[in-house]
Amino acid sequence: MAQTLSEQILSRAAGRPVSAGEVVTVNVDLVMMHDSLSPSIIRVLHEELGAERVWDPQRVAVVIDHVAPAASVQTAEKQAEVRRWVRAQGIAHLFDVGRGISHPVLVEEGLARPGMVIVGSDSHSTAYGCVGAFGTGMGTTDIALAAATGRTWFRVPETVLVRARGRFRPGVSAKDLALKAARLLRADGATYAAVEWHGVEFLSVMERMTLATLSIEVGAKAGIVPPTGLLQTIPEWLRVEEGARYSRVVEIDLDDLEPQVSAPHTVDNVTDLRDLGRVAVDVVYLGTCTNGHYEDMAAAARILRGRRLAPGVRMLVVPASAQALQMAAEDGTLATLLAAGATIGTPGCGACIGRHMGVLAPGEVCLFTGNRNFRGRMGSPEARIYLASPEVAAATALTGYITHPQEVVEARYAEP
Amino acid sequence: MARVWIFGADINTDQIVPGRYAPYMLKNEDDLRKYPFIEHRPEFAANVRRGDIIVAGNNFGCGSSREYAPLALRMVGIGAIIAPLFARIFFRNALNLGIPCFTADLTRELRDGQEVELDLEQGRIHTDDGRTIQLPPPPAFLREVWAAGGIVPFYRMYGRFPGEG
Repeated sequence: MAQTLSEQILSRAAGRPVSAGEVVTVNVDLVMMHDSLSPSIIRVLHEELGAERVWDPQRVAVVIDHVAPAASVQTAEKQAEVRRWVRAQGIAHLFDVGRGISHPVLVEEGLARPGMVIVGSDSHSTAYGCVGAFGTGMGTTDIALAAATGRTWFRVPETVLVRARGRFRPGVSAKDLALKAARLLRADGATYAAVEWHGVEFLSVMERMTLATLSIEVGAKAGIVPPTGLLQTIPEWLRVEEGARYSRVVEIDLDDLEPQVSAPHTVDNVTDLRDLGRVAVDVVYLGTCTNGHYEDMAAAARILRGRRLAPGVRMLVVPASAQALQMAAEDGTLATLLAAGATIGTPGCGACIGRHMGVLAPGEVCLFTGNRNFRGRMGSPEARIYLASPEVAAATALTGYITHPQEVVEARYAEP
Repeated sequence: MARVWIFGADINTDQIVPGRYAPYMLKNEDDLRKYPFIEHRPEFAANVRRGDIIVAGNNFGCGSSREYAPLALRMVGIGAIIAPLFARIFFRNALNLGIPCFTADLTRELRDGQEVELDLEQGRIHTDDGRTIQLPPPPAFLREVWAAGGIVPFYRMYGRFPGEG
């Protein structure tokens, strides 16, 4: 019987054919944990589960990205503890301060690969779907169990298919597709299900990560882009099968898609930017595993080139990874961003969790390229967060209010 | 008697415990018990009693994977959470910590602050105005995890994962 990508991957991991609705125990290929939850994972692993060692030190990755560099003595101490533990366990993959956010880093390092089951202590672990892996987020105890045993359990998810047709218009990108899907599916539209994103094979791996990370914002267990057109070796058993069953199909026409904005305080509170009205902003923040990639910085730089931020607007750029920052430094993207008046933070999660590097004050408005605009997410519960693409972020930085990219591009051509 | 705390729809984990109040950020991790709903409902932590019940709208616990959100609720002794739909990571975390979760919409059946009695064995709520509400039983493979007191005792007891024969 034809299977969805999730069914194919979980069948291999379970060692038998499985289909949606079954509860299965599977082998995991990779366990990721980050600095924020590692101290508690380590405690559960040793003290509650009584395990002495992780099941396979080659298949555990530890990433210091959530508060990187440390912002306080406590976080510094806990990070030091995590590093000691990594050494004691002989864990092969530690990505320390400045290497970047776990999700792009594990893809860049070739650790996240097509067909794998990857569990991470971060809800945006759906990200690994960008290379055709079944990636999913879990809490402290589930990650401790997976790290101790190399196994976990799942209810095999049904799959919601998002099928894109056509090509983006100028100024429109993967974020707009993802927000449009959130608008149609709503915050709970794929709860307990997986999302497959079809018709997007023209996107780069990191653009696919934009779609995969936002899959959790419609409740999904995994968000998988079929692994076509990648450099990685694709297992021959992993491919979209004719006749696979989808619990719901959503069609989105990219030729007509307008820039989308998610207004406070839920991700699915999405409108066309044109219908938003005039929203003045204090901060433009470009970063995160959703839209802090090289492609995102380059898209912003194309709009900012030769121009300056609007008076009174701050623009923070926090690259998703050191590799993205390096690429931006090498091709002049970084110089363009700096010349426009933006500033650069250490690659990592930055202010996305409201802990450091750009926390918002009461009353402030932020245009954010990230994935959550929950009240209080980036600091004060009295701040307001709008989610949009890097192109909208750059246009907004130039005008000081949430702006359609086309507006500033046209203004550039109209200049004498 | 337990008291009912009513919450709306789409309560996310940043509302349950903001990331700034994570154990990672605290000098004393036991302080986590002071922070459930610290910004969303600041009177909650000081007034909640052991055994109280959260009755919420759709999609409870959406957002991040932070287990310290349900952990904070366990620390203050929440006896059960009832919502029409739980976000999956929150649901697993709550299951793992042994917090009973029931899938039902009781936000209109019960009032905030109402005194009720929760019979976990029978899956029933007896209200102070004499009604009995039958809760839908969770699937058997999940009930065994709750019965064991969470996933760690379950795994230590049986050496396997739920649902496996």
